[in-house]
Amino acid sequence: MTWVNATLQGILLGGLFGLFAAGLSLMFGVMRLVNLAHGDIAVLAAFCASVIVTATGAAPLLTLLAVAPVLALFGYVLQRFLLDRTVGADPLPSLLVTFGLAVIVQNVLLDVFSADTRGLNVGGLATASLSLPGGLRLGWISLLTFAVAVTIIGGLQVFLSSSPQGRVLRATSDDPEVARLVGLDSRHVYATATALAFATVAVAGVFLAARTTFNPTSGSSLLIFAFEAVIIGGLGSLWGTLAGGVILGIAQTVGSQVDPTLGILVGHLVFLTVLAIRPQGLLPQVVTA
Amino acid sequence: MTDARMTAPGASSPAAALGSRHVPAYTVTRGGRTALAARLGFLILVGLLVSVPFNLTPNVANKLVTLFVLVLLASMWNLLAGFGGMVSAGQQGFIGVGAYTLLFLAQQGMNPYLAVPLAALAAGVLSLPMSLLAFRLRGGYLAIGTWVMAEVLRQLVVRIDGLGAGTGASLPGLSGYAPAQRQADTYWVALAGTAIVLACLYLLLRSSTGAGLTAIRDNEVAAASSGVRVVLAKRLLFALAATGCGLAGALTLANSLRVQPDSVFSIQWTAFMIFCAVIGGIGTLEGPMLGAVVFFVLEDRLADSGTLYLVGLGALAIAIAAFLPAGLWGEAQKRLGLTLFPVGHRLVLRDARTG
Repeated sequence: MTWVNATLQGILLGGLFGLFAAGLSLMFGVMRLVNLAHGDIAVLAAFCASVIVTATGAAPLLTLLAVAPVLALFGYVLQRFLLDRTVGADPLPSLLVTFGLAVIVQNVLLDVFSADTRGLNVGGLATASLSLPGGLRLGWISLLTFAVAVTIIGGLQVFLSSSPQGRVLRATSDDPEVARLVGLDSRHVYATATALAFATVAVAGVFLAARTTFNPTSGSSLLIFAFEAVIIGGLGSLWGTLAGGVILGIAQTVGSQVDPTLGILVGHLVFLTVLAIRPQGLLPQVVTA
Repeated sequence: MTDARMTAPGASSPAAALGSRHVPAYTVTRGGRTALAARLGFLILVGLLVSVPFNLTPNVANKLVTLFVLVLLASMWNLLAGFGGMVSAGQQGFIGVGAYTLLFLAQQGMNPYLAVPLAALAAGVLSLPMSLLAFRLRGGYLAIGTWVMAEVLRQLVVRIDGLGAGTGASLPGLSGYAPAQRQADTYWVALAGTAIVLACLYLLLRSSTGAGLTAIRDNEVAAASSGVRVVLAKRLLFALAATGCGLAGALTLANSLRVQPDSVFSIQWTAFMIFCAVIGGIGTLEGPMLGAVVFFVLEDRLADSGTLYLVGLGALAIAIAAFLPAGLWGEAQKRLGLTLFPVGHRLVLRDARTG
């Protein structure tokens, strides 16, 4: 039964990874841009939530109403005025800029908040759990995180495939020049995509903070997990990204069940195995030339 | 590799002999006198550096080894990104392999200085199977993929008790040396290693393989269709960069005498490499060396200001990447038309030629 439990916990953890990875997947899908500051943005969101809770005493998850829009705005401005200069066939400039951004965010957080580990106290929700037959218990906060992840990823998918704005995003992604010819402002479209990506990663960051602890240097491992979820799932597919997150989550929790220090290594090895035998991922949608 | 000025086919004498009036008004050069002077300067610099332990304190020699390591790392990262179009965020994996191979060989009783080149080679050999996986990824995904591999190496090393597990270990085998002598020997090994790797790099990039690599960076498909063996060339580059980083790791251990998995496998190394290469200028041989010197001086003066210093470095990297993509050296080169270590060929129009 411990293995069933580990698998279930892994699926729930994987939802969080999928949510992290959705933003990375979206930015790559639309702009072919890999945001190396992705994990640090999530940590930034977690710290924002923590500050708001301390200052106002608001319920931790309600801080999302402020944190998500603020980070979306930050994403919009960042893309419109800085990252836009680096979009192009050569991936190097955008990598350098987002890498510099990662260093800045991480060290500003270290300077302001010190290296102490902290968490968001969600009260009774943190310990309450749903009892299943066989003595299995699933934490409500984990279940809630998973439900939010599936809802957001599903919402993004519907938005991209069915809404007029989603069509604009896909058109600009397919061919920015033709999109400009028919009157679309590609810079605005790109900035909108980044804003969406930052909003989702803000949600992921706040739920991470509610589920576990974090510190200013947590961002790097989050970036790696998100990236692994994207590759396992297949580039360009949001549902694939969620599936990739779930596989990574299961690998980590089952690995930890064998030996608590082994979880992350098993996750990495599963990722490398997928890369070796199915490099296009589980549900690939775009071909990277 | 003979030299410097080649005449384009049919440019001067053959055309003149034909009595043609259509004399092509160009020659193709590889740098001429400046490059010759630069090579001479490089040799003189190395000669001067050799004498450092005789004239200055061991502390200076210790710091200079750090500078050599930075020059090596920046050049290796630039080799991948600037000449092969491969952005890696996982070179710290090879730094760690170099350091730990040196530790292992010294533990087996081998003289650490003799083990340094073997440690570098071990990193190079290990990179070959790793490239099979890494080359399935591109651009930013290649960067994070190599980072994952470095993490896997770290996770494996901390499980080996003989190598000090998570806490690290000290380098045995050097206790017989007097401290000043040991520092001087370490310094000479570092100087020799760095000079050899840089000379190999220069020769490789000037060869036809180097031309192929530059073609790959500019347009992989076009290079492949012109007969460049793309995957082979990239693998060669990946292995060479891994060897250089392995050497840097081994030298760092020989210099500090202690290795710790969390610091030797730290992503911080990649940050340093990127800063040096970006500040100096990606895609030239001189840029990363200049960048390493600038970074070394900044680090020496400002590292005490801690996080704010790193924030400044991050901002500087962003500013240069977005507004001055050629870096300091690239910009100087554009303005002055100066190339110290030319690896390409230049077309010089006859009228514009001043000598």
